[in-house]
Amino acid sequence: MLGTLLAAVILAALVLYALMGGADYGGGIWDLLASGPRAQRQRHAIVEAIAPIWEANHVWLVLVIVLLFTGFPRAFSAIMIALHIPITVMLIGIVLRGSAFVFRKYDSTDDAVQRRWSTVFGIASFFTPFFQGLTMGALTTGDIRFLGDRVTTGFFAGWLTPFALTCGFFALALFAFLAATFMTVETQAEPDLQQDFRLRALWAEAALIPLATVVFITSKYGAPFMYQGLTNWWAPVLLGWTALSAITATLALWFRKFYLARIAAVAQVTFVLLGWGLAQFPHLVTPDVTIQNAAAPESTLKLLLVALGAGAVVLLPSLLYLFQIFKRQEQR
Amino acid sequence: MNDLFFARSQMGMSLAFHIIFAVIGMAMPLLMAVSEGCYLRTKKPIFLELSKRWAAGTTILFAVGAVSGTVLSFELGLLWPKFMQYAGGIIGMPFSLEGFAFFTEAIFLGIYLYGWNRVPPVLHWLAGIVVAVSGVLSAVFVVLANSWMNAPAGFDVVNGQPTNIDPIAAMLNPASLHETIHMVLAAYVATAFLTAGIHAFFLLRDPQNTFHRASCSIALVVACISIPLQMLSGDFAAREVAKLQPPKLAAMEAHYQTGTGVPLVIGGIPNDDTGKVSYALQIPYGLSMLVGYNPQTKVVGLEDFPRDQWPNVPLVHWSFDIMVGAGSAMLAVAAWVAWGWWRTRRLPDNKWLLRALVCCSPLGFIAVETGWFVTELGRQPWIIYGFMRTRDAVTPMPGLIVPFTTFTTVYLLLAVIVIFLLRRQFMETRPHWIKRETFKKEPV
Repeated sequence: MLGTLLAAVILAALVLYALMGGADYGGGIWDLLASGPRAQRQRHAIVEAIAPIWEANHVWLVLVIVLLFTGFPRAFSAIMIALHIPITVMLIGIVLRGSAFVFRKYDSTDDAVQRRWSTVFGIASFFTPFFQGLTMGALTTGDIRFLGDRVTTGFFAGWLTPFALTCGFFALALFAFLAATFMTVETQAEPDLQQDFRLRALWAEAALIPLATVVFITSKYGAPFMYQGLTNWWAPVLLGWTALSAITATLALWFRKFYLARIAAVAQVTFVLLGWGLAQFPHLVTPDVTIQNAAAPESTLKLLLVALGAGAVVLLPSLLYLFQIFKRQEQR
Repeated sequence: MNDLFFARSQMGMSLAFHIIFAVIGMAMPLLMAVSEGCYLRTKKPIFLELSKRWAAGTTILFAVGAVSGTVLSFELGLLWPKFMQYAGGIIGMPFSLEGFAFFTEAIFLGIYLYGWNRVPPVLHWLAGIVVAVSGVLSAVFVVLANSWMNAPAGFDVVNGQPTNIDPIAAMLNPASLHETIHMVLAAYVATAFLTAGIHAFFLLRDPQNTFHRASCSIALVVACISIPLQMLSGDFAAREVAKLQPPKLAAMEAHYQTGTGVPLVIGGIPNDDTGKVSYALQIPYGLSMLVGYNPQTKVVGLEDFPRDQWPNVPLVHWSFDIMVGAGSAMLAVAAWVAWGWWRTRRLPDNKWLLRALVCCSPLGFIAVETGWFVTELGRQPWIIYGFMRTRDAVTPMPGLIVPFTTFTTVYLLLAVIVIFLLRRQFMETRPHWIKRETFKKEPV
């Protein structure tokens, strides 16, 4: 019970990471893909939007990891062994992205220098979320197997499957969509930029529909447990909500209701991850590692949940304050 | 050279890299807050300019610290999965609390760095204080986890599995107090001496520059307060280590034969086979005095422990001596500064003192690095002292030379770029306008 509660908290932290950190990656993607007469201004707007908040957004990932290894040490150990390679690649992406972002800000304003950092930042923003999606997908495939605590399927199982790869692309498109939608609100004062990001958001949403279909189709063979999960009674309900938010987001973008689009985009990402979490339940690494058999002792879980409650009291108001300071002028 | 070697190298390299940024990220906010506090009180623009410039440098360092710290949280599992499986439930608690502290730090750092014109001055200053406090808390929590590896507590072992886990007792283990105090002070010492040294360098070129004079003064106040405290805490730590991990103390002091009236061995080349240290400076009764305040105190030597439980004696001993040497040098210079300050009531202009400060600038970081070599190498061959050996904790993943080489290359590149950018940041935006202002009153 406590284990399930903690798993729910971890999923919530993951959703928040996708919404905030994910949007930052999306920003990097659009930075690299900036084009047209306003490319320079697009990049500038993205940097302005991300700079004060990216460190805080990034900490959600750290929180997910520490909660995972405190609450489910066995699952953490298993994941880190079996997915050593994609996780290492993702980490290099995280290092390069964060550093390139801050280096660009403090390096010379010379255009060539700026472009160089921009490229590093953009490329890292591409492959980091790709490998994040791929890692999440790999956990679901059911290809990673254990005998006791020993990984029996080696270091390449799961993450090189079509299903996992599609999950990688899906994450990429999802974050790109999220970022472009957020940017339409951030660029209220500059209608031409807003139009650029509006089109980008629509394109990303258009890419998401076929990708979601491919994820679903490949899951039949690539992730049978999840496929079963997605045919449960709750699945049509959740799928309906996801579709509804996607349609709302698209229509809102189309009719330039940007605040509504932002809310719908947030809902869409939340429902996607919620669906993934429910289909995965009660597995952490399908099928051998579950919430039940990987959980830390009760004493640890209890204390951890108490600490989470206490921490949230400090954290959430601070976070709201941060966003209020830097995102308030748009709420005029 | 096997995978264990590369796993240890990667972990050591990642920690050695990260700690520089972590230390600066934790101590600079204090200097910034002091400076901004001076501005709020005196309304002299020089202090505001100073906080802003320090903040700009800190942004770069903090970002690199944040990403390299993220890498570390993963590396715990990527390299030592069996350790994390065993210990995650026991010491995950301080890591989780650290997560919260770091979160608070990141949020308020965002407000501090980008909110100069967006929040009222006093709130901005308070945000800086929150950053400084949560930075210290982050460090404390991480070091609590490390102290548990040195002095495991809060669990029983039944059939090779940890049971009856009490995360609070694990956090408040016997090594927690001395390790956390020593680390927090180390961060202030290292950062303050580095900052003072850099500004002293510019003062040597341009002695009338009030900007560098103010910066140097603020850094020196922190340096002169923290270094004597740090020496005291080091003395306390060494005696705790003597109690908790006698082989580590013996390796630190290159002390092989158990006995009373033990001399203090400084430098030299320890030889594990003969149990002798050649070319060393020996202070009679020194170690006995340090451990028990009595020349006849008995100090356990390495010979009392099985050979396969010895750490690498030369490395631990030399690291320890370098750390103590660096600390003593900084203490001496701090005493010189304090004496001059007391006589003239201002930061001394003495060129030789400024030169000494420049020489001291890297010493704090050398002490931080070698101090951690002592802690970590001195704990070997254990990952959890007395419970799990490092070699039993390593990942079954082969080819660890690849991630080791990759991360080393990336970090080296980052180091070069960071130094280049900081240097430029410093040279380009030197505010000459500040020179016009006369700066009479010292900031404290």
